[in-house]
Amino acid sequence: MAESTSKLEENLRSLLSNRAGFESGPRPQDLTVRLTRAEDVPAAAQALCTQGLSFAMLVATDEEASAERDLKVRYIFEPGTESTLPRPDIFVTVVASLDVAHPELPSISSNVPSANWHEREAKDLFGIAFTDHPDLRPLVLHDGWPQGLYPLRKKFDGSQRCAVELAEEFPHLLVEGEGVLEVPVGPIHAGIIEPGHFRFSTVGEKILHLEPRLFYTHRGLEKRVEGLTVDDAFYVVERICGVCSVSHGLGFCEATEQIARVDVPARGRAIRTLALELERLYNHVGDIGNIPAGAGYHYGTSAGARMKEGLQQLNERLTGNRFLRGLVTPGGVRLDVTSELVRSIESALSVIEEALDNLMDRIENNASVLDRLDTTGILRQKDAINLGVTGVAARASGVDRDARRDHPHVAYADDNGPRVSVVTSLDGDVHARLSLRAAEARESMRIIRALLASLPQGPLHVAVPKVLSTSGIGLCAIESPRGAALHWLRIDANGRVDRYHLRSASYANWPAVPLAAQNDIIPDFPLINKSFELCYSCTDR
Amino acid sequence: MITAILRSLRTGVVTVRYPAQPTQPPERFRGPPQIRPGTFFDALPPSSVCPSGAIVGGPSEPKYSIDIARCIFCGRCAEQSRDGAIEIGRDFELSAKKRESLVMEVENGADGRSSQLLPLPTEEQVAKRIRQTLGRSLQLRHLDSGSCNACDWELTALLNPVYDVRRLGIDFVASPRHADGVIVTGSVTRNLETAVRRTYDAVPEPRVVIAVGACAASGGIVGRGYASAGGIGEVLPVDVHIPGCPPRPEAIIFGILLAVGRLCERRR
Repeated sequence: MAESTSKLEENLRSLLSNRAGFESGPRPQDLTVRLTRAEDVPAAAQALCTQGLSFAMLVATDEEASAERDLKVRYIFEPGTESTLPRPDIFVTVVASLDVAHPELPSISSNVPSANWHEREAKDLFGIAFTDHPDLRPLVLHDGWPQGLYPLRKKFDGSQRCAVELAEEFPHLLVEGEGVLEVPVGPIHAGIIEPGHFRFSTVGEKILHLEPRLFYTHRGLEKRVEGLTVDDAFYVVERICGVCSVSHGLGFCEATEQIARVDVPARGRAIRTLALELERLYNHVGDIGNIPAGAGYHYGTSAGARMKEGLQQLNERLTGNRFLRGLVTPGGVRLDVTSELVRSIESALSVIEEALDNLMDRIENNASVLDRLDTTGILRQKDAINLGVTGVAARASGVDRDARRDHPHVAYADDNGPRVSVVTSLDGDVHARLSLRAAEARESMRIIRALLASLPQGPLHVAVPKVLSTSGIGLCAIESPRGAALHWLRIDANGRVDRYHLRSASYANWPAVPLAAQNDIIPDFPLINKSFELCYSCTDR
Repeated sequence: MITAILRSLRTGVVTVRYPAQPTQPPERFRGPPQIRPGTFFDALPPSSVCPSGAIVGGPSEPKYSIDIARCIFCGRCAEQSRDGAIEIGRDFELSAKKRESLVMEVENGADGRSSQLLPLPTEEQVAKRIRQTLGRSLQLRHLDSGSCNACDWELTALLNPVYDVRRLGIDFVASPRHADGVIVTGSVTRNLETAVRRTYDAVPEPRVVIAVGACAASGGIVGRGYASAGGIGEVLPVDVHIPGCPPRPEAIIFGILLAVGRLCERRR
């Protein structure tokens, strides 16, 4: 166990005295705190927060079939932004055991707002009651889902279909007063975008309150992978989200490799890193193009779309798929980067670099575009920290977090691997998120070039058994284009997936969008929304 | 302004000529798996090799079939077949009106070799005719019924300067009431089923339904479960299925053109 972890354990032991057991895990440097009584969860969360840790995700599991015959809730924390850099790469898991017949524990959401959705999701999917939760409306399961039926419980048959009942008005905060108008938008939108419902309460153009309703694309994918071999489950996870295919596929693989105790060879790690940066790059340049669309600046939209297209064609040359699917595999990568492909990447980068500079130059010198971007959709640093916002959205609000540095994975963890210089901005508006993407796109290009210049020789992958011979838990964070995505995987005694949970960056960031939109005008919402650019599919799963 | 115009002039035309001119996908592109005719049946991989359940049958069974509508084009079946029994094709113009015509089936012959039962019918003939006769525009309403967003982004790509489907009279409209049909991505989640039906009902007759990608065409890797209906065909009548995970933009153009032919038929 690392020194930082032992010190932390010592402090937590004194804070929680005899109320918890301590052990290391899931990774060697991590800490697991087993609470004797579930009622102590808020006290434990409080203790962790005083030690500079912040909430990262909640994982519920049904362990009725195990010797303990219980449901478990794991609150996972990581070093927060208040701790000094470099932060130790650790996760602290607080485990509470619940009675299967009456699963109940006190909510931490009032003190830890970032846990709000996590607890609501566990209530919907596992039937866990979180007492004193500030908002107990259903989150994941919509209209007419039968009471008392919890799809992620083991005894629930995943193939069971429940009739859809006609949608009623969804319960939401009603804003009343003279001239207050409610504007419902979605789930089917006017453009080609993913489905979500937004309920704006407005006076004139001004947004007084925005209430999003998501999880329309909930496909039950975490249930879908249960019982599968890691080999089969990988293809499902790679398809949770289109534009995060590499990030999510890779997170699943890293979690698998932790459990299987295999080390991916250096060349495999370098190519994985390359793919992560290429994914970030095509997303960032595409997003830079999509933001001006909200300001009616079509030159920018076209220029961004062309850059993105060039990179997606490059993706197809590299991997046979425009979303880089089919490259990453448990144990390494399936395809090599030949010297011919190295040249293709280099020439594509020089085209993109020039086009990106040109586009940013035009945007920065276009007064009417800047007028729409500046001071629009401000997310305050304090809110970003409280909500546990991640990725571009966090860094543009002055929150210095990047999983590539804070939870080093693939080649970022290597001694001679690429070092990421994390860019931040303090403005927190649409303009800041746009400029930050440009800076990060340039940084990605620098990293890609550095990787290509020193690609290690050797094998691409190591064998990972189809059915794992080891059981256990894998936990990792991957910096996806939207921010840190956390993966939690448990393999059962039969070597198959027992439970897999993804907390995507979009999941962490969605609650920040209504805050950023408050007091802005409705016509700016598309701009604000695009500047966050959150996936619905990896939020909803 | 003037520098932007000059830059555009310098760049020239970036739009592809597809479908007037054929295109070649890159070398590593994975098209549909194809069972090599005359191959030994026991060289075929077991159906469990396919993560999305597109393979039915097995080396010791009388028939063996691959459902291209369900295929996610991962290439695993080819990797794990012996003696090249399954090869990865290079074709991407795979759209079909009938779901059944996307199932490639072979029979275990008396000599232990496979014999083709239903050859994968190419829609090439139909498409050629459409290419010649295309003069009709098609206005589509995109309908995300619960996709992973990859198919959605490829629909967005159709509007970029490289594919620019508006040159073919195809466009995406904001309201279903302005549309000739819906172009659907995703396997129809439980939470979207009502919205899917309502959007379709709002499209005036005659209308087409185009299923884009494995999830919409068959349920794909998501399949059928508590939260997913298992494809748009479970909810709406489908006119054209476009296989792929996701289909590349030109494959979607091909499928939409096929649908245009269907629309002509329906309007007769």
